Amino acid sequence: MKKRTINIGVTGLNAIDSPGPGVPVIRALRESTAFDVRIIGLSYEAMEPGIYMHDLVDKTYQLPLPSAGQQALLARLEYIHAQEKLDVIIPNFDAELFNFIQLANVLKSNYNINVFVPTLEQFEARQKVNLYEYGKKHGIDVPKSKTIFSVKDVYSLEQEFEFPYVIKGKFYDAIIVYSTDQAVAAFHRIASKWGLPIIIQEFVEGQEVNVTALGDGQGNLIGAVPMRKQYITDKGKAWSGISIDDDKMLQMAKKLIQSTKWRGGLELEIVRTDDEKYYLLEINPRFPAWVYLAVGCGQNHPEALVRMAMGETVAPFEKYDVGKMFVRYSYDMIVNLNEFEKISINGEL
Amino acid sequence: MSIKKNIAISESGFIFDPSTGNSFTTNPIGLEILQLIKEGREQNEIKKHITAGYHVDDNTFEKDFYDFISTLQQLKLTVENEKKND
Repeated sequence: MKKRTINIGVTGLNAIDSPGPGVPVIRALRESTAFDVRIIGLSYEAMEPGIYMHDLVDKTYQLPLPSAGQQALLARLEYIHAQEKLDVIIPNFDAELFNFIQLANVLKSNYNINVFVPTLEQFEARQKVNLYEYGKKHGIDVPKSKTIFSVKDVYSLEQEFEFPYVIKGKFYDAIIVYSTDQAVAAFHRIASKWGLPIIIQEFVEGQEVNVTALGDGQGNLIGAVPMRKQYITDKGKAWSGISIDDDKMLQMAKKLIQSTKWRGGLELEIVRTDDEKYYLLEINPRFPAWVYLAVGCGQNHPEALVRMAMGETVAPFEKYDVGKMFVRYSYDMIVNLNEFEKISINGEL
Repeated sequence: MSIKKNIAISESGFIFDPSTGNSFTTNPIGLEILQLIKEGREQNEIKKHITAGYHVDDNTFEKDFYDFISTLQQLKLTVENEKKND
């Protein structure tokens, strides 16, 4: 029997050393047993590799940068929808999520485009600047944190934080600092890239472990796979990892999704200390770039998300394979100049 | 002391701890000792088994066995057996 075809717009097509989740999400969708897909890539820059992966992406359109605002995004999506009849959009960048969350209702009511994302309240509550309070509220250990707005504040931190501590940007980046001089330099480096405020976080030593998970918006955990990073790049990204059997991590994901009624994909970044304590470092409000490991372990989270976005009820996954590894690699594609020209000039390819 | 129940030990000497994701390798003698511990054999039994099969005196075995056990403990591959009340 022929499967139905769903037209899905996917962002996050970048695949540099801090890769976006778009390409692995697309690979997961292409392996769906429930539906066929036509993938519409949504890019921000002409050098995003996913644009040129024609075996994965059927057509790509450039989007205006998130800073251009919701109306610019809506106008562009209206144009894309007229060409492609989008059924679902999966945004994969933290920085664009605010706009997509705000537009979700309009996209549904005016164009019947389904966007399965957290509510604005869920999105804001887990922001790095709020995470310490968020952990307290939901009974989860979070390293002590403080938000600062001026480099002057760095000089008074010694009274509250012991070295080393971590300086973090509001969206990305984290630098461990061992002295006030290093802290000042890190403050400027991150502030110039990601703006203010800056988050100061107590440094917790231990193994870096992560969970990729999916909530249905009703408080049910649809799927979760814990992973330990095996090889970490100088940007702190997992270049290889392995699925592990850790009930405490699964319980943390379940607790968070139950108590927040989280809607959509998310990633928990956790440190597990030698004495088996778990500290939540971050909640990323979308699938991680390693989400394809979950597919390899028997849980196709992107497929489940699309089914929920289309209004289906999805039963929670009950198991996953432990000891499955992912090993990332880089791959040089040869691209004809006329393709680069098309995406650069016309904004579509 | 015994090896944690969930630790996977392959015939090639590859050891995998599914709760941490850590993996290790051991040589054939290490593998043999691990399997004996997993079977619940006491140190004396293991000593008899190894000294009968390999050219090693009791003192050297005990020293190496102690080092091996310490390594297993450091790697968190072991659990202490619960003491039974008489």
